Amino acid sequence: MPEFFSWSILLLPLCSAAVIQLLLREMAGIAVRMSVGSAATTFVIALVMLGSEDRTLAVQWATAGSFHIEIGLIIDDLSRGMMIVVTGVGLLVHLFSLAYMKEDEARARYFAGLSIFMFSMTGIVLASNFIMMFIFWELVGFSSYLLIGHWFQKNSAAEAAKKAFLVNRIGDFGFMIGILMLWGILGTFAFREMSESTTVIAQNSSTLTGIAVLLVFCGALGKSAQVPLHVWLPDAMEGPTPVSALIHAATMVAAGVYMLFRLQLSAGIEIFEGFAGTTIAWIGGITSLLAALMATQQDDIKRVLAYSTLSQLGYMVMAVGLAGEHSAEAGMFHLYTHAWFKALLFLGSGAVIYACHHEQNIWKMGGLFQRMRKTTVTFAVGTAALMAIYPLSGFWSKEQILEAAHHDQPVLFWLAIIVATLTPFYMTRLFIVAFLGKGRGHGAQAAKEVPPLMLYPLFALSCMAVIAGFTPVAETLSPAFHHPSHSFSLANPVFLISLAALLVGIGSGILVYRGRDADPLEGNTIFKIFRNKFYFDEVYLVLVRVFQNAVAIVVHFLDDFIIGNLLVGGLVRTASGVGNLFRKLQSGNLQGYAFLFGAGIILIIYLTVFAR
Amino acid sequence: MASLQEYLFISGLLFAIGLAGVLIRRNIIVIFMCLELMLSAANLTLVAFSRFNTGENGLPDYNGQVLVFFIITVAAAEVAVGLAIIVALYRARQTVDVKELTSMRG
Amino acid sequence: MPVFFYAFAAVSVIGAIALVCFRNPVSSAISMVGSFVGLAALFIGLNAYFVGIIQILVYAGAIMVLFLFIIMLLDLKAPSAFKRSSPLILVGGLIIPFSFVIQLSTVLSEVRGGDPKALPLQDAAESFYDHERDPDNQSEIYNSLQKKSLPDVNLIGLTLFGHKGDNASIRTPGYNFPLQIIGVLLLVATVGVVALSLKRKQSKSGGPES
Repeated sequence: MPEFFSWSILLLPLCSAAVIQLLLREMAGIAVRMSVGSAATTFVIALVMLGSEDRTLAVQWATAGSFHIEIGLIIDDLSRGMMIVVTGVGLLVHLFSLAYMKEDEARARYFAGLSIFMFSMTGIVLASNFIMMFIFWELVGFSSYLLIGHWFQKNSAAEAAKKAFLVNRIGDFGFMIGILMLWGILGTFAFREMSESTTVIAQNSSTLTGIAVLLVFCGALGKSAQVPLHVWLPDAMEGPTPVSALIHAATMVAAGVYMLFRLQLSAGIEIFEGFAGTTIAWIGGITSLLAALMATQQDDIKRVLAYSTLSQLGYMVMAVGLAGEHSAEAGMFHLYTHAWFKALLFLGSGAVIYACHHEQNIWKMGGLFQRMRKTTVTFAVGTAALMAIYPLSGFWSKEQILEAAHHDQPVLFWLAIIVATLTPFYMTRLFIVAFLGKGRGHGAQAAKEVPPLMLYPLFALSCMAVIAGFTPVAETLSPAFHHPSHSFSLANPVFLISLAALLVGIGSGILVYRGRDADPLEGNTIFKIFRNKFYFDEVYLVLVRVFQNAVAIVVHFLDDFIIGNLLVGGLVRTASGVGNLFRKLQSGNLQGYAFLFGAGIILIIYLTVFAR
Repeated sequence: MASLQEYLFISGLLFAIGLAGVLIRRNIIVIFMCLELMLSAANLTLVAFSRFNTGENGLPDYNGQVLVFFIITVAAAEVAVGLAIIVALYRARQTVDVKELTSMRG
Repeated sequence: MPVFFYAFAAVSVIGAIALVCFRNPVSSAISMVGSFVGLAALFIGLNAYFVGIIQILVYAGAIMVLFLFIIMLLDLKAPSAFKRSSPLILVGGLIIPFSFVIQLSTVLSEVRGGDPKALPLQDAAESFYDHERDPDNQSEIYNSLQKKSLPDVNLIGLTLFGHKGDNASIRTPGYNFPLQIIGVLLLVATVGVVALSLKRKQSKSGGPES
């Protein structure tokens, strides 16, 4: 395949975004077609790329001595599979948005945002070195900011966009330090050269390497919304629902997992061994548990899904951090299946919200099964896949993660099992409350089936949610896949335990919520903590306030006394003194200048020729 | 025919005279002429080196003469632009004396 | 005793000194031409016929006319009260060129070699002999060299535009790209001159803002 195609998969969305933003802001019709066209083209290219051989295309970007930074595309199984996920989900989300955003006045801006997101995400996936990945890492943050804040007239959306951006900054700061430290240790930014440097790692102290890996993980902490930087993701649901499906469920938030896996793949699994990997796995596990608990008490359909995304991301991070023999592959495999069914769930919730006239509270829905049968069926497929019911895609990947956890860290395995119980519980709650029973709100009672342009992406995604986990499909499409070493038989304890967890979760969900009009657990003190998201936001608010005040006092002192009086005042006086001195030299006299010029040349000749 | 050193000396002499003119004279047009003289003196150096630095086949090194060709071309353009600037300056200030053109004083 | 060299060197040095010393710019311009003609003769003495001719055409022809034209246009006569430069500038302006000449002559006196040799024209012809061509139909360069005349225009052209064959001694990639750039430069200079000398309409005093 010619290089041109590989580059065009990166540059097409950029062109589309640029043209829309610069020329087509007033012509939404053309802008929309252009953006969808570029998404479709990149998807086709990604499909064609499946058959191409592994290689790296690189262009030198900056050189300073022996130090090079290149802009390059790395094409291997991992990036090819990831491109299928990104462009596939991207294309379906574009199509869904056509219908969902039909009446939005700023359609052109929205699609420009989608295009620039596709560009930056492709950049992360194909980046051949850490510097390029960091650039695109920031770009996805920027496009996510644009899209969360799409309805910036709403105060909450603007706040959420700002929050997402700032929280990501914290993570990215660590990420940048981590990249630089890794460069110091490995001596290279390029992924393909890292494997050659593994001997260097052995010579360096493993503590240093571990710290570098943890700092790099900070980037993932922000972007993949792990505890304690998870607070932005639920708020990011203020953006349009298709955006949540694409960015905050399927692709961008998975970038952290992808980055960790890429690092593990190129630098070797050794650098994840020791305390770094353990910390990462534990953070993943804790995130997954906390998020699942919080999800049980959310009333907003999108927030339930957002916390479920957090919880599944925690699974993936845990799998990558375990650094077992094939645990990271299991994590990537889960990323891939999760992308399809979570995008399906989000788009399904988008369809529901659209049908209910922008009602997002599940307690005001209900009875949607009678009015929107097709949507309900696709949503049910997504729910089942998320619950990991055999033989849907979620089952295969989750089972692999559990197997890996069981093998490496039994404590984390039991933690994951609790999550595996909670997931079916809250999804059953969501499904029963929103789709079954009787309609409880005006929106829900007036709901109609959504237009076909919304249904087709749902159908396509539910197909993927069903088949993505089967070995032949997974082998072709998944970024990383490892044949399960065990069989899913009743003799396997892991399988039995997870089956039990699934049944307990569904059963308790049905028992508690069947036929209810309000949450029976609402008054409970413990569940109140879940509902209030463990008071993370409140604690952060207090922390920020206290630190701000303390820092403000110190800074004020520094500013007033040291900088204001000593440094700035002193500098000003020095500068004006020196400036006056030099002003005398600027006589404006041409001959004076020429004289000095000539005298300088004579001096240089003297110094170079005679005074040696 | 004289030696290379003599040519280079004449070239340097012309250059020095031009430099002296730039330093001493106050009429900007004359200063400009002196600049042209310095440029030509540099050309003489190039041609002299070209002639004395013969190649394998004994012929002069024509790269030097090509450079002279370029210098003359650029000098022609420079003269045109420079004189246009002088005319504009004269229109604005009614003088060509550099002593009076000191508006760049700091 | 290279009589011609000394004669023309004297012409160009005297012309240069006159250029600096004349009060009247017109006289200065004329003496500049004298100096340039002497310089062109020195070029010809160095077997650089083409450059010498160009020197006369461009400098003594075009540029001098341009200078005279501008002097006439601005109506600059020798000022009635010639304001002599201050002694300080006079001394400084003489010291620097003088020390330059001293430095130069010191360096030159250290250098050996550089004695002139006649150009081996007929020998050089061999390197331009093209074996694939008819012996009677050789290139202009070869023929001229055989006739003991230096085809320096052709040789400059060869250097300037590059050369492909393998029989010649000159193998350069040529100066095609710089040549293009020079062309653009001339165009820009032309446009710039026109833009500079345009008179804006609302000019009152002809100030710099006009």
